[in-house]
Amino acid sequence: MHLWLWVLAFARTTLGPYIDRGATVTAETIIQSLASGLLMGLLYGLIAAGLALIFGLMDVVNFAHGEFLMIAMYVTFFLFAFFAIDPLLAAPLVAAALFVFGAVVYLLIVRFAMRAKANAGMVQIFSTFGLAIVMRGLAQFFFTPDYRSVTNSWVGGKTVSIAGIYLPEPQLIGAMLSIAAFVALYFFINRTDFGRALEATREDAGAVALVGIDKNRVFALGWGLGAALVGLAGAIMAIFFYIYPDVGASFALIAYVTVALGGFGSVFGAFAGGIIVGLVEATTALILPPSLKSVGIYAVYLLVVFIRPRGLFGSM
Amino acid sequence: MDTHFAQRRRRDLIMAACLAVIAALVPLFVKDVYVQNIMVLTLMYAALSQSWNILSGYCGQISLGHALYFGLGAYTTALLFTKFGVLPWFGMLAGGAISAVIAMALGYPCFRLRGHYFVIATIVIAEIALLLIQNWDWAGAALGIDIPVRGDSWLKFQFTRSKLPYFYFALALACIAWFVTWWLEDSKWGYWWRAVKDNPDAAESLGVVVFNSKMGAAAVSAFLVAVGGSFYAQFVSYIDPESVMGFQFSLLMALPAVLGGIGTLWGPVLGAVILIPLTELTRSFVGGSGRGVDLIVYGALIVAISLALPRGLVSVFSLRKGAAR
Repeated sequence: MHLWLWVLAFARTTLGPYIDRGATVTAETIIQSLASGLLMGLLYGLIAAGLALIFGLMDVVNFAHGEFLMIAMYVTFFLFAFFAIDPLLAAPLVAAALFVFGAVVYLLIVRFAMRAKANAGMVQIFSTFGLAIVMRGLAQFFFTPDYRSVTNSWVGGKTVSIAGIYLPEPQLIGAMLSIAAFVALYFFINRTDFGRALEATREDAGAVALVGIDKNRVFALGWGLGAALVGLAGAIMAIFFYIYPDVGASFALIAYVTVALGGFGSVFGAFAGGIIVGLVEATTALILPPSLKSVGIYAVYLLVVFIRPRGLFGSM
Repeated sequence: MDTHFAQRRRRDLIMAACLAVIAALVPLFVKDVYVQNIMVLTLMYAALSQSWNILSGYCGQISLGHALYFGLGAYTTALLFTKFGVLPWFGMLAGGAISAVIAMALGYPCFRLRGHYFVIATIVIAEIALLLIQNWDWAGAALGIDIPVRGDSWLKFQFTRSKLPYFYFALALACIAWFVTWWLEDSKWGYWWRAVKDNPDAAESLGVVVFNSKMGAAAVSAFLVAVGGSFYAQFVSYIDPESVMGFQFSLLMALPAVLGGIGTLWGPVLGAVILIPLTELTRSFVGGSGRGVDLIVYGALIVAISLALPRGLVSVFSLRKGAAR
């Protein structure tokens, strides 16, 4: 009996914050946070789209994905600061810049990582992880570790009210862009010659070479395309998020989970994964302290893969 | 063939003993505290990477969440000592035991996963633990734990005046981790693990209980890493969640083994001996500017080595040519 009381007291002092939360949750706050969760989820989908595309095509996980996002946000910031180009107008420019960057990264690094005869998986993980560290260092060197933000952009800080629910405009635009990007990606992969060439190269690079398709050219364009998608996401993120050299790290992990949740090998799994991640994050923030909101995402990932080891729509 | 193998194993053992003796004598000649500090870290990373290598290298289950066990070891020791006055030696064993049990409990569902799904599961599990500790006020939350100084003694495993005791403990830990690997390499477990790594389905059909061998590797690996965590808590006498349980740390722990030669006996040692001093030196010579030059050099080094030597640095020295197979 005495021991039991002691255990209870111990639990209360150690776990207090997790137990004593008298949060007031109304129907309105639930709908409000689910709506913003959905928008954020679509944006997560857009961030993860490039990662899913690159994995789906080449079986390579880019551990510098978060740093691609970071670069995109900085490009947006500098276009705004020096040339007064609003992030919404800058988005295509940022995507173009990232396209070039992605293709160059493939040609300079990933191409060689894919040739590794031993430990191919580890070589890919650690060569892209090394690249991530270099990019963070370069960002610190050239841009300083200071936090920057885009102020007074067209839609920054504005909200629209739809049926009593307030939606932040940047996230709303990001969500619409995400849907548009996935639709475009669908047509691109399934309806164009280049999309088919990508698909075929993944299936059998040797056979593809026989019909005159250059594997490196196709993969470089694939990496460019993946990076361009992160570029779009970065332009939108720059409107409402601080920009600093380490900004990519937190989003990168969410992007990996999003892709894996949807299932590797399925670009559209990333779309579904993004929505789920956004909704779960919003729901967790209602139940647990906001600093624990990612716990919900991770727990759902584990739950899904324990039941379905290939993710929701994965092919491998 | 067999005698050749036995010969090589004996040679490895003799070489390790010689290296350990040489390492033990180094502090007699090197009195500089800064250099001694680097040597302690090098030995610690060698031990951690060697332990990580058991699960991820030999058994092929790539974990990028081993910071979880390091953090568990560090936190168990620090909490038991600061809250209940339990000596760090017991904390060390408790931390190791807890980590081994947790590794098996987590392994139970996770070892069904393959490839990237497994890797990401290890990352997010460590991340969940990190977030929980960051929000756990009793355990110091995000600020961490300051381990109070109670005087220098082996009993309390605290030394404020000299780094030498830490050096010898780290050396012992590195030797133990190496020896455990050496011993397991030629045990039935070692053969099972390599079979599981190369082709789990074939191994299963030949009678290897794949699941159990993964669990064994996870438990040994987690135990040793947790002991390393306990050591680290005593060594720096201050721990915070991000520095002992962060994702970065999981990668840093894996790095010496990966660059040195994953799944090889000498890879982690070689990787640590080259990488850690290099990291620390670049940090102090060009990192002071706070402008990230150290990161650029360090990252470029990782890219260069992993691309140029996919089998790791051991392939240059050909210490273990073909041994990883």
